Amino acid sequence: MKSFLLLVLREIRLAWTGGGLWLPVIFYLAVATLYPFVTGPDKMLLARTGGGILWIAALLSTLLPIERLILPDRQAGVLDQLAIRGWSDELVAAVKIAGQLVAFAVPLLLASIIASALIGLPEAKLMTLLLGLAVALPALAGLSVTISALTAGLNGASALGGLLLIPLAIPILIFGAGTLSDDPGNAMQLLAATSLAIAALSPFAAGAALRAGRV
Amino acid sequence: MTSRQAYAPSLHLENVAVIRGNRMVLSNLNLSVKAGELVWVRGANGCGKSTLLRVIAGLLDAYSGKVLAEGKLALADENLALDPNLTVAAALQFWAHMDGASPSDRDAALVAMDLLALSEVPVRYLSTGQRKRASIARVLASGCAIWLLDEPYNGLDSASCAHLDKAILSHIASGGIVMLAAHQSPSINISESLVLDAKGRSL
Repeated sequence: MKSFLLLVLREIRLAWTGGGLWLPVIFYLAVATLYPFVTGPDKMLLARTGGGILWIAALLSTLLPIERLILPDRQAGVLDQLAIRGWSDELVAAVKIAGQLVAFAVPLLLASIIASALIGLPEAKLMTLLLGLAVALPALAGLSVTISALTAGLNGASALGGLLLIPLAIPILIFGAGTLSDDPGNAMQLLAATSLAIAALSPFAAGAALRAGRV
Repeated sequence: MTSRQAYAPSLHLENVAVIRGNRMVLSNLNLSVKAGELVWVRGANGCGKSTLLRVIAGLLDAYSGKVLAEGKLALADENLALDPNLTVAAALQFWAHMDGASPSDRDAALVAMDLLALSEVPVRYLSTGQRKRASIARVLASGCAIWLLDEPYNGLDSASCAHLDKAILSHIASGGIVMLAAHQSPSINISESLVLDAKGRSL
């Protein structure tokens, strides 16, 4: 357990020091800043559509650190050293997901408060947005680590990662945006169930990808 | 830096064969290594020396045969596996924590590989030879009984080679095992020499 925590802390440190954290958050805020320029100052329109845009921005911002989640550790031999010490690839993937979740969740949720103010999201919707994002973030972390493991070392990994992530994340996006409706209950339950399923399966998928990539 | 294991380490290979990319890299390898032995694995480029170490480390599966290792393994290969933004001491401490080793094990490893003066330097600023020494220090600090060293002399000057030889001697004297894949002969007594031909067969 101590080693697990040590590795999670390492992931958080790498995310915070490697630029992998602030870039997605800045991207997320940039979308929220630019969106009103596109729609114009119609507050009703912004309030109605802005939440959905924030969900899309959150999804896309999880794509940005994909290239740094697995590849540097593979190239440096860190993954090999963990395997020699008896760490299964699934457990290493779980560490990566936990680290990505912890490092990314708090800044993204804090940025959501600013972003919702920028697009004029009603206060009641803000709480629902924060809850929905908090529920969805384990799935987004799981998907980003899995896709990072699948594409590590491939040419055009970022573009390929986007192509892979977007279809897989569609249920999250649909249910997440659904939570911003007038009756968010059902959508929130479905979002939680989907997120739980993706988060639970991701370490196995990412672990298999890590194993397959070992040379 | 001595082995913390109560039992004597050993390493046995029985008819090990490895296929990579439809090519038989190693075939019918048999080897038995006891505590306190140093094995020098040598052969031409591409004969399977590194592959053999990775198979023993469990990073690659053998196509057939068995690898039986009694004792914890540590590998130093061409990959440094140290965080470039950490200082040498902090990067080694990370792995020492993961291995359950103490800070004194890390300090002893720093001294053994003459890295004490560089201990507060970020890993990314190390030269090639210094990186190699840091990589070997990671193995020394691990407290593992079986050391797998892949081309450990590459990039080392004569003084650093002497430091490495001394560390190897100390390890095997304390009952550890060292498997060393290198072109350059270690200047210390070798218990066994495993020579691989171009087809990965033992000569």
